[in-house]
Amino acid sequence: MQFWITQAFNGISYAALLFLVGGGLTLIFGVMKIVNIAHGSFYLLGGYLGVALFARTGSFYLALAAAAVAVALAGMLVERVFLRAVEGDDLRQMLLTMGIALFVQDLCLLVWGGDPFNLRGPVYFGWSVKVGGLSFPVLRLFMIGAAALLFVVLWWFQERTRAGAMVRAAVDNAEMTEALGVNVPLLRMGVFGLGALLAAFGGVVGSAFMGIYPGVDFEILPYAFVVVIVGGMGSLTGALVAAVLLGLADNFGKALFPEISYFTLFAPMGIVLALRPSGLFGRS
Amino acid sequence: MTAPAGRRVRAVLVLAGGVALVLLAVLPPSLPTYVVIVLTECLIYAVAAGSLDLLIGYTGLASLGHAAFFTVGAYTTALLATRSGASFGTALGASVLLAAAASAAVGLLALRASGIYFMMITLSVAMCAWGLAYRWVSLTGGDTGIVGIPRPRLGLGWLAGEGLEFYYATLALFAGCLVLLLLLVASPFGRTLVGIRDSESRMRVLGFNVWLHKYLALVIAGAFAGLAGSLYAYYNGFVGPNAVDLAHSMQFVLMVIVGGPGTLVGPLLGAFMITVLEKAVSVFTERWVMVLAAVYVVTALWAPRGLLGLLRPVRR
Repeated sequence: MQFWITQAFNGISYAALLFLVGGGLTLIFGVMKIVNIAHGSFYLLGGYLGVALFARTGSFYLALAAAAVAVALAGMLVERVFLRAVEGDDLRQMLLTMGIALFVQDLCLLVWGGDPFNLRGPVYFGWSVKVGGLSFPVLRLFMIGAAALLFVVLWWFQERTRAGAMVRAAVDNAEMTEALGVNVPLLRMGVFGLGALLAAFGGVVGSAFMGIYPGVDFEILPYAFVVVIVGGMGSLTGALVAAVLLGLADNFGKALFPEISYFTLFAPMGIVLALRPSGLFGRS
Repeated sequence: MTAPAGRRVRAVLVLAGGVALVLLAVLPPSLPTYVVIVLTECLIYAVAAGSLDLLIGYTGLASLGHAAFFTVGAYTTALLATRSGASFGTALGASVLLAAAASAAVGLLALRASGIYFMMITLSVAMCAWGLAYRWVSLTGGDTGIVGIPRPRLGLGWLAGEGLEFYYATLALFAGCLVLLLLLVASPFGRTLVGIRDSESRMRVLGFNVWLHKYLALVIAGAFAGLAGSLYAYYNGFVGPNAVDLAHSMQFVLMVIVGGPGTLVGPLLGAFMITVLEKAVSVFTERWVMVLAAVYVVTALWAPRGLLGLLRPVRR
């Protein structure tokens, strides 16, 4: 019993990280319909910046906010300067984001070298909460809380605000939304920035959770993709459900069948695609 | 195609291709060993890129997971050659069959979707292949990979000396693949694929089984990728997860686009260009990845129809 509770808790805390990365990606997918290979790079950049800023300032929350905002601005710049030039062509967008991903990867390697970094964070991240015979690390609780909070904020934004309604309209029909007088290019830039912000947030949290190192950008990317595929493009609720499914599958996979654990990514995706090609919460 | 100009370009291309093949056959004995090694690698990647063009350029299926089938071929050959001492022919055949089978299995799933969904699914599949290679240590050796794959003994030493034996075997297989692919795209099957690329709904109304055509294209391309992977294992003597990571998976796509999708010859050129560029740049700087990043961005922004696309007049 203890095994199952501990593993489920670990799975859900990993799901929190997956939601941050995948949730940002699903927003970008929904509005822009692009395969954004640079999404993992936002995570990578956020993580390294977070580590560097924490070393300078000593404040985890300041480092978290500053890294996320900086990466969001970088993302908006990428959208404005590069992606807008190749709008509407899947392959060109994909190649472009791949180029950007490689650039960021090599830049980070140049600046921070090949050694992994761990962000220690505030002292209480090292503590655990004991309940019964079980212990729950504060860091993992923080991850779950942060992801839950962000989900609520994003959900409120998307469902209850005017800007959120514009985003939903652009997901369904960008042309028609534009014809109604909404500045869709500006909306796209904003959403791309928001997606980058979430990924960078995930990167900072992730660097405290499992470290930041060269190659983690491409390691996290397929998880983000599968969150989007399983949850359905543009659906935050879908991303949340998919992240939980995936986090649990990944954790139990690693605990029970370590050798083929990466394959546990494949199973939920295969099942969902076979039954509902547009994802659990996607609209076809 | 606007007839005279297009036909002239085509004639020039066929001529250039013929000359290039003859040079590839005649020159190597007088070339430095290192150049022959690079040429071997070019030929192997050309097979992979050419078969990917069947999907991207001819069928309109932007598969980002071609490296997965390359991987299957590479590991199959690596395992058979090191653990059971299989002959060249056996390993090659098994690699092609297993890659085709893997492609058939993935195709069932990936063809449930289209467009950017298809791209995302195939990319995830490629990453799964990487993950298996990385973590399934008892089979694949994990990060260490499989080392000490012996070069096949082909009994062709009389032809050009031991050093060139594998090069010529690769060249022969490359030429065979090229002929097969050219026949395929010119066949009614190939023309149907182009029809599907241009308008899926039209082909469906005309009574073609669109799904089956796409599926077969995927399986065939997967088989060729398996062959390339098998040759790569022999060529490199070592197979590890690095050879099949995301960057390599995307590199096949880049080769196709840089050369010119839908031209078959273009992607072969693309494979040569990217491979040679990597070797050349690596002499001068450690920042090859930066250069590669620039190649991606420049291609996406200014040459989306590739090198041959620049030569051809715009159709339609």
